[in-house]
Amino acid sequence: MTRCLTALCLILGLPAFAGGEIWVTNEKDDTISVIDIDSLEVTRTIPTGERPRGITFSHDYSRVYICASDSDTVQVMDPETGEILHDLPSGEDPEQFVLHPDDRHLWIANEDDAVTTVVDTESRTVIAQINVGIEPEGMAVNEAGSIVITTSETTNMAHWIDTATHEIIANTLVDSRPRHAEFVKDDTELWVSSEIGGTVTVFGTESQEERAKITFEIQGVHPDRIQPVGFEFTPDGKTAFVALGPANHVAVVNAETYEVEEYILTGRRVWHMAFSPDHAQLFTTNGVSGDVTVIDVASRKPLKSIKVGRFPWGAAMRPGAS
Amino acid sequence: MSDTLPARAWATALSAIVRREAFRFWQQRARLLSALVRPLVWLLVFAAGFRAALGLSIIPPYQTYITYETYIVPGLCGMILLFNGMQSSLSLVYDREMGSMRLLLTAPLPRWWLLFAKLVAGTAISVIQAYAFLAVAACFGITMPWYGYILVLPALVITGLMLGALGLALSSTVKQLENFAGVMNFVIFPCFFLSTALYPLWRMAESSRLLRDICAVNPFSHGVELIRFALYGQVNWASLGWSLLAFALFGAAAVWGYDPARGMVRRKG
Repeated sequence: MTRCLTALCLILGLPAFAGGEIWVTNEKDDTISVIDIDSLEVTRTIPTGERPRGITFSHDYSRVYICASDSDTVQVMDPETGEILHDLPSGEDPEQFVLHPDDRHLWIANEDDAVTTVVDTESRTVIAQINVGIEPEGMAVNEAGSIVITTSETTNMAHWIDTATHEIIANTLVDSRPRHAEFVKDDTELWVSSEIGGTVTVFGTESQEERAKITFEIQGVHPDRIQPVGFEFTPDGKTAFVALGPANHVAVVNAETYEVEEYILTGRRVWHMAFSPDHAQLFTTNGVSGDVTVIDVASRKPLKSIKVGRFPWGAAMRPGAS
Repeated sequence: MSDTLPARAWATALSAIVRREAFRFWQQRARLLSALVRPLVWLLVFAAGFRAALGLSIIPPYQTYITYETYIVPGLCGMILLFNGMQSSLSLVYDREMGSMRLLLTAPLPRWWLLFAKLVAGTAISVIQAYAFLAVAACFGITMPWYGYILVLPALVITGLMLGALGLALSSTVKQLENFAGVMNFVIFPCFFLSTALYPLWRMAESSRLLRDICAVNPFSHGVELIRFALYGQVNWASLGWSLLAFALFGAAAVWGYDPARGMVRRKG
């Protein structure tokens, strides 16, 4: 039935039926807005700890982890009921984190303490704290689970951490204020966005050497306002969508040639993004305008902007029941 | 006498007037070019400069943020209909000076039918020009949903008829073609600038409540909003109602103005 509906939608040029939800953290409201992907409306608003930012689901989607930055904790929530199950010892001011492929260990950037904290979500204990650069923020883990990246906003570095030894094995310089990192192309590349530098740096993971640097230019927008933050890749790894902060646009980048192909207009201060389960739609959090813009991935057109709470920050997808 | 005329006679008159207007338009191909250049200058020069200054907003029928270029496209369609409606209707002044209108008005058909035929002819030309503009805008990347290009047709026709009727009513008061400049200054420009063609109502309200109210009652605003909503597959019922009402009023004024027994035609002799 779903396939028939999706096919019908494609024929009619309408957004495909995808099912599922997008969970958005509202930094200033201390809430999560849950957007239903079919109706494109907010169906639930769930209270959280103070200043929720990073958000991610466990692999079976039975738990959602939320960085409650000003509560100095990572909260674990039941996504069905919205009930906080327990808090995890995260260290101070957790901003972003990444869930290890083992579905058990959270690697958390503690912005105020210049450390990366490793938390066992089952025993609820801190198993390591690794000193990194000043103001760590971006977190990434490779598919093999052997390397974790922490980016330091003030030190302007990507720190490569061996997950077995919890030791930093390399530091690579990037442009000013690195915000977000992702391993792509079967772990052969690492992409790091630099907010103030206005660039995305691509590293080869073998040599940890810079392979490319992507720059952005939008007609009518001052270069200072172009501040890359979050980015997401299509499943084939060929296209990247890069949120450009106060430039109010998302750049569409050819991940093979590193050329920017298009810019898509969104709300104000576009920050992070999440795909719908079928990757037909991309949801962007727009902090200043307090909404989420839905982008049709195939046509690269914005479809709708949905009002959420104040200063939406992080986004995560939860698939619907199949 | 007209009551006894066969329907064919009415159709012949309509067809003759439309063909005459089409022929005149074909002879003046520069008119199409100028009709396109005017809104394109607004779209590509004026809108580019205001893009950042105006900021962004979401207002119906839009569901997300749009560029200023996208916002003013319906207003520029309205501009084409407005200029062409005035130009077409005011050509009656020329016809009157040349004497061809006397022939037209001596036809054994009701005056209102002749005027309506003139309106239909002018509107048809206007709609063609509006579609040509939408096509050029699409070439510059300013596109609407595909169904909007179909659904906008009735909105363009209604707005074209309404503005053409306004032109007819005015042309009955203009004695010589030279007075067209006066119509430009006192009708076309205020109509266009005091409307939602260039700025949304909330933006007008920020600068002046009075300006906002004037824009809100301006029939041209309602024509533009009718086109704007239709381009996105929606009907703005309020604008549709106001446009039809304005069409009825302007049409009645034109019929009255061209009535040799009562109107301005008689007074001017």
